[in-house]
Amino acid sequence: MTKIELTVDGAAVSDDVEPRMLLVQYLREKLGKTGTVIGCDTSNCGACTVHLDGTSVKSCNVLAVQANGRTVTTIEGLADTAEGDLHPVQEAFRECHGLQCGFCTPGMIMQAVDLLAENPTPTEEEVRLGMEGNLCRCTGYHNIVKSVLQASGQTEGAQA
Amino acid sequence: MTATQDRPAAEIGKDRRRKEDQRLITGRTRWTDNMTLPGMLHLAMVRSPFAHASITSIDVDAAKASANVVAVLTGKDFGDELGVCINAWPITPDQKTPAHSPMPADRVAFAGEVVAVVVARSAAAARDAAELVDVEYDELPAVVGIKKALEDSVLAHPDLGTNKSALWIFDSSEAGTGGDVEGAIEEARANGIVIEREYRQQRLIPAFMEPRSVVVDPTGEQITMWSATQIPHILRFALAATTGVPESKIRVIAPDVGGGFGGKLQTTPEEWIAWAVARRLSKPVKYTETRSESLMAAHHGRDQVQTLTLAADKDGKVTGFKVHLDADLGAYIAIVGGGVPVLGAFMFNAIYKFPSYRFECQTVLTNTTFTDAYRGAGRPEATYAIERMMDELAAEVGVDPLEIRERNWITHEEFPFTTVAGLEYDTGNYEAATAKAKESFGYDELRREQAERRQRGDRVQLGIGVSTFTEMCGLAPSRVLGSLDYGAGGWEHASVRMTPLGKVEVVTGASAHGQGHETAFSQIVADRLGVPFEDVEVLHGDTQVAPKGLDTYGSRSLVVGGEALVRAVDKVIDKAKVLAAHLLEASEDDLEYTAGRFSVRGTDQGTTIQELATATFAGHDYPEGMELNLDADATYDPVNFNYPHGTHLCAMEVDTETGAVKMRKYTCCDDIGTIINPLIVAGQVHGGLVQGIAQALWEEAVYDESGTLVSGSFVDYLLPTSADTISFDVVHTDDPSICTTNTLGTKGVGEAGTIASTPAVVNAVVDAVRHLGVSDIQMPCTPERVWRAIHAGDGDAPTPGAAMPHFQEDSLNQDEGAGQ
Repeated sequence: MTKIELTVDGAAVSDDVEPRMLLVQYLREKLGKTGTVIGCDTSNCGACTVHLDGTSVKSCNVLAVQANGRTVTTIEGLADTAEGDLHPVQEAFRECHGLQCGFCTPGMIMQAVDLLAENPTPTEEEVRLGMEGNLCRCTGYHNIVKSVLQASGQTEGAQA
Repeated sequence: MTATQDRPAAEIGKDRRRKEDQRLITGRTRWTDNMTLPGMLHLAMVRSPFAHASITSIDVDAAKASANVVAVLTGKDFGDELGVCINAWPITPDQKTPAHSPMPADRVAFAGEVVAVVVARSAAAARDAAELVDVEYDELPAVVGIKKALEDSVLAHPDLGTNKSALWIFDSSEAGTGGDVEGAIEEARANGIVIEREYRQQRLIPAFMEPRSVVVDPTGEQITMWSATQIPHILRFALAATTGVPESKIRVIAPDVGGGFGGKLQTTPEEWIAWAVARRLSKPVKYTETRSESLMAAHHGRDQVQTLTLAADKDGKVTGFKVHLDADLGAYIAIVGGGVPVLGAFMFNAIYKFPSYRFECQTVLTNTTFTDAYRGAGRPEATYAIERMMDELAAEVGVDPLEIRERNWITHEEFPFTTVAGLEYDTGNYEAATAKAKESFGYDELRREQAERRQRGDRVQLGIGVSTFTEMCGLAPSRVLGSLDYGAGGWEHASVRMTPLGKVEVVTGASAHGQGHETAFSQIVADRLGVPFEDVEVLHGDTQVAPKGLDTYGSRSLVVGGEALVRAVDKVIDKAKVLAAHLLEASEDDLEYTAGRFSVRGTDQGTTIQELATATFAGHDYPEGMELNLDADATYDPVNFNYPHGTHLCAMEVDTETGAVKMRKYTCCDDIGTIINPLIVAGQVHGGLVQGIAQALWEEAVYDESGTLVSGSFVDYLLPTSADTISFDVVHTDDPSICTTNTLGTKGVGEAGTIASTPAVVNAVVDAVRHLGVSDIQMPCTPERVWRAIHAGDGDAPTPGAAMPHFQEDSLNQDEGAGQ
């Protein structure tokens, strides 16, 4: 067991973890951050995407011990949802019907936030390439791409 | 009919944002794997690496001795308490059905079958110990592939004596719905056109994003199962029927479910094993599969060889269509197993007026994962076959593919129309959908560009693919299912409850897993009952909350479940009217119901449905004989399927030098009757399109000759990404063909995109290179297959040298900067 101390969604946390424990397992099993989910075991799907020191990572691809001393933000800490706030990307996903079953959505949103931080006004092509590491089986990506573009302030609302 | 019919609809047709989304976008979710219960134990499955083998011994001692392991159990440790996996649709009386134990004790029939289960205090401990279970197998010859299976030289189940499970036949001359197809083919051979083709429907994997998960809690009076399932009600029925626990002692909950696409329309070995372990140990247990397990052991879809003969006169008017399917069931006949290809029987004639038709379906058993429903279930296969054949016929006659369709389709004046397969299509307008799609697509301009590129001999050629599809959806009239020997009905149930403070609780037997029922059903109730959208709460997916239902699949929730809901709402209004008349001291005949309010004609007196709900709660003043509530139930059994249709047009660019394909444009015009929520409809279409396009271009479950799935991870099973796909042009006709067999006039849409798009894409790829002598490319149309098709006749051979890795054999293959 290894002791780790880190900040998750604004709160300082500390635990003894097995060195092999993945960050996503730590978030879900130790912290109860079940908003972040596991969709595959080959780091293809991106459902587990969170921010580590402000950059998106697939948390199935990071060991919990690697997050020691660092700051993790999950979908649950992206906005002050207790106050009813939503991050603009969350709002855009709802507005543009960018989700159906919602399983890939936390990862999609976290990746989109990172994408827009790097490139605030992406083209459709840049959005499609930037979101390539996140799989969705419901939406055919059409409305996900639209959501990201809308969050960037370049388009208005959803079109059916 | 109630008064609400006359009122302009406020909610139906509105692009409401979804009620479901607030939780989902903030991570406040309840996936089955999120469940944690006190004392909960975790399961890991030990799975067979062999496709076919006898189990000679299982040594569990080392696993049992492993830290934090509570139990290791095998098939032998359980008797009948394990239950069996059922097939609910034996397609013929003499169908050969292998016994399907959730965890066989003596012999495995596909790679991935569970042979032992480890129970431990954590998922990691269970997984570690599973590695220590030592299973000795005696490997048996495995049969893989439909054609091998038909030879019967190697048997998937030796005790059955054959791999052929059932032969199901429909013949229009025997059914009295059309003429004799053999006569039509003979005539066409002499004086017309005969097109003969063999098409392969490759095996696909539904690949829902949420891996399957099940939690069983045996500590209450009712044993509760949470499962990532599309079918909580059918699951409860099957648990009771096969494990001896009364239905009244079983509660099944489908909490948030992350997609299904037919893949969670199953009663699974893993659910049965979790059930048995929880009961044996009297402790809550959880099992969540890995993605690899999901791809390997959750059911697959499609997998057919289609042998097709189309007869036509010289002008391309079809005179007969003969279909022979060989369909791979895998190792066992899953819950709807053999029935899936049979659902296609009614759809091979599609939107056309064929005078004669014969359909044969031979199902076969192989040593592979069992197959069952995948989005469209039988209908995509049928639509692919006929829409590819119509393009071939157009090429033979030398006319535009849309022209050949127009010569054969049912015109809008001819509805209702009884097809050669015996179905009555109530409404449709193929001309209107095609005209709208052509206009939006820019059909004529793209055809011009195609001609120019051909003339110039461009390296990148353009192809245009057409798919004019219909489907039968809204499963299903119970009597029809009975006539097909299906083991259940097709009705749906709904309840509407008025709460004391005037809110509305709607209970539906449909079980959403991403479709947006909460939103769409709220819109229906808000309109019909005249209450605010926000005041309607839709409850579902828990057999204690919604005790009756037949769940969600086959594009049925709106068209069957929605109609049950409409009828329950109407009953509520009828009940409320009696109380309103009493309280307003008026005759019922003088009451009008508008926007949630009963008013006395010609006066300003009135009372709202919410006030009546409160009055019912108080019970201080009500008429003699009135039952003191405003609640109502309704069960609706559909009288017919419904028949959405559409015209899909696809433009593909094909690089003739590399075989690479690229989608240029995709337009679809779907006629689905009344649209409740256009935003949700568009989402269903988009997602459906990409699943169908993925079959055409990317996805295939591949087995090696020994029966090992070699596409068993997302590295190898090619799910499309945002970078592989484009934005779609989704339009609808201005004057939709309203369904006549339900009150709202709706038709199903959940499967439409998937059913229509596959042939549109392949037709486009073939169209791009038809002038180079290509008439077919097997799916998925990989660059290699496209390249080989182009160069099949020219003696050119692939250049393997150029495709080999570019690095030195004795040096490390590392990118610059790798390993830092």
